[in-house]
Amino acid sequence: MTDEPVLAVRDLVVEYRTPAGPVRAVRGASFDLYEGESLALVGESGCGKTTLGLALLRLLPRLGSTPHGEVRYRRADGSTVDLLTMRKEQLRRFRWHEAAMVFQGAMNALNPVLRVQDQMYDTIRAHRSMSASAARKRCHEVLDMVRLEPRRVMPSYPHELSGGMRQRVLIAMALLLSPRVLVLDEPTTALDILTQRSIVDVLQELRRELGFAMVFVTHDLALAAELADRVATMYAGRIVELGDSRDVFAAPRHPYTAGLIRAVPPAVGEATEISSIPGGPPSLAALPPGCPFSVRCGLSAEVGDGDGPAGVCVQADPELTRTGERHEVACHYSDRVEFTREVVVDGV
Amino acid sequence: MASEPLLSLESVSQVFTSRRGEIPAVRDVSLDLAAGTVLCLVGESGSGKTTTARIAAGLNRPTGGTVRFAGRDVWGGDRTAFREFRRSVQYVHQDPYASLNPIRTVFATLAGPMRRHRLVANRDEAWQKASELLERVDLTPPENFLTKYPHQLSGGQRQRVAVARALTLGPKLIIADESTSMLDVSIRISLLAMLSRLSTDLGVAFLFITHDLALAKYFGRDGDIAVMYLGRVVEYGPTREVIGTPRHPYTRALLAAIPEPDPELNARKRSAGSLLRSMDTPSLLRLPTGCTFHPRCPSWVEGECDVSVPRLEALDADARHEVACPPVLRQEADAAVPALSEQDGTG
Ligand SMILES: Nc1ncnc2c1ncn2[C@@H]1O[C@H](COP(=O)(O)OP(=O)(O)OP(=O)(O)O)[C@@H](O)[C@H]1O
Ligand SMILES: Nc1ncnc2c1ncn2[C@@H]1O[C@H](COP(=O)(O)OP(=O)(O)OP(=O)(O)O)[C@@H](O)[C@H]1O
Ligand code: SF4
Ligand SMILES: [Mg+2]
Ligand SMILES: [Mg+2]
Repeated sequence: MTDEPVLAVRDLVVEYRTPAGPVRAVRGASFDLYEGESLALVGESGCGKTTLGLALLRLLPRLGSTPHGEVRYRRADGSTVDLLTMRKEQLRRFRWHEAAMVFQGAMNALNPVLRVQDQMYDTIRAHRSMSASAARKRCHEVLDMVRLEPRRVMPSYPHELSGGMRQRVLIAMALLLSPRVLVLDEPTTALDILTQRSIVDVLQELRRELGFAMVFVTHDLALAAELADRVATMYAGRIVELGDSRDVFAAPRHPYTAGLIRAVPPAVGEATEISSIPGGPPSLAALPPGCPFSVRCGLSAEVGDGDGPAGVCVQADPELTRTGERHEVACHYSDRVEFTREVVVDGV
Repeated sequence: MASEPLLSLESVSQVFTSRRGEIPAVRDVSLDLAAGTVLCLVGESGSGKTTTARIAAGLNRPTGGTVRFAGRDVWGGDRTAFREFRRSVQYVHQDPYASLNPIRTVFATLAGPMRRHRLVANRDEAWQKASELLERVDLTPPENFLTKYPHQLSGGQRQRVAVARALTLGPKLIIADESTSMLDVSIRISLLAMLSRLSTDLGVAFLFITHDLALAKYFGRDGDIAVMYLGRVVEYGPTREVIGTPRHPYTRALLAAIPEPDPELNARKRSAGSLLRSMDTPSLLRLPTGCTFHPRCPSWVEGECDVSVPRLEALDADARHEVACPPVLRQEADAAVPALSEQDGTG
């Protein structure tokens, strides 16, 4: 492992064109992803997780654009390239070879009228010249990796497979050309607990064996705690906290991250306090002044002493600032965030 | 439970016929639900939760067994009793995105059932009643929501509208089928808190269906839980006991699989290894012999588990906690005996 990140994102802005004018879904995101590392993007629905994930591979829908920022990849030979300024032809080669995407919703991401094998062959053929038998061999390899039976799965249509099998097919397809970075959008959402478990186990094992880096999007904090080395919390299009998972889950420094963690009921033991964050995320088209979380923030209300959020919180949008060696937070009062998640386990 | 149950399923089964053969989606399931209480139904995808819920709601007529509501056999032929039952049990669908009619405003969605059942005399009264219902589900102020269409609402708000619609006819039982699984944690928790309040304020009973045991434990901690596997109930009892000290190997595997928002704890849980021999769920068309869980079970006994079909049995005579696993029941019995003889020895 080297000290250079395999992926360096700087001040990335993503806009969608809408009838009411442009909407900024990602408002200046910066982070590094190191080789073999796994980074989770967490946050509530609509905060821009998918948008950021898609932008990392320049897979945004037509109405989306990146007016600002840099997405810099470092190739295996050490040379770097900014994805946002790459030409179409280069980009086509780049995807799947260097970085691949596993889209949200395994149902819709596969073509319902094509057999799994044809979708896999198409992917290979579009990107690399390979003999039929070599392609077949490669398909078998990646299906084995995700613990699917190639002989059973290859001739099947997507609807003949369970949700968990479809998700594993998608992961296998992303691995076809041995990318060094994998971006996964909600890899386990809508799957039941045991199926989620099998996907998580497969991803952990593959990461150990193949050593790719991965960015995954999820609204499931517990999944992030299970699968991520580092966590980035997003709120209203911004990364508001970024740090090693152990640090973030043990001592979150942003009131929003703390609130999200407190809302997860434990499976083992009894949590002394489970609570939801009041209200919902603001509309991106009409953000409140200052910190976009201020209207929902209990800490700010406490500091503000009953007169609404504290003055500084409605005046200035806090910058992402280093608070620990590998921990960054965007909150004016991050040093006053108190967090305990006490879980009482009796009889053990 | 001394009082008569509000709803009871007595050995109900549901076999679907398909081109590929008979699908025994639910087999021999018996459950009781008392007025104002919560019963959680958990199990993996395809275990028969929704089919059981549809039987409980009278949406499916079971192919075997009896459904009783307030003591009366609902399929016994009494049409008035059946109508009363259907009105008293409301089903809130799994998917908040598919459950509301996209071309109807919230007001039209709520007023429809009230008008059909002649619960309101005119539009003003319907408006008034709809407003009250929205306040009950914390959509305030109601005037901001009554004229909206589903696409103008967030997932959590849509789910609240679906609950408000379920309340229009004053139900005694609401069946919430994974109604929270697609939503953010924080929204899920506030929805469940709202449902808990409805249960307390209005005395509504809940049949809550999920595959997340942590959620079942949070919402149903004062009620009962039934764990389903391939159409059968394999563990049944008070939620606190079943989740606090799970006995069936399947329940244990389900609990162990849940990640916690705590990396250290997850690492410790994982180092204990997997609690399943196989990740694949058998097909209902080719069910394994004996205990249908035996091909995946870490503690199966050859010659026993693959031969005889286990029945739900109480852990001990005065317990309400039941398990369908002979090896576990034997272990429990063995564990109880030495404790007694030890006492004898000292006394
Ligand atoms: N094609 C589009 N055109 C216009 N706006 C869009 C488009 N796609 C997404 N948005 C908006 O951008 C914001 C971010 O959406 P995004 O899908 O990235 O969020 P997310 O965090 O992935 O949410 P979820 O958890 O619901 O998947 C939302 O406000 C959304 O409405
Ligand atoms: N109308 C039907 N015809 C044929 N088979 C059916 C029908 N309804 C359900 N099934 C089958 O019965 C089994 C149980 O389905 P059910 O929907 O009750 O499971 P579930 O526990 O609710 O699963 P999930 O968690 O995925 O919602 C499945 O194998 C399903 O395919
Ligand atoms: S900056 Fe203020 S409003 Fe924003 S999270 Fe911190 S304390 Fe809360
Ligand atoms: Mg998304
Ligand atoms: Mg279901």
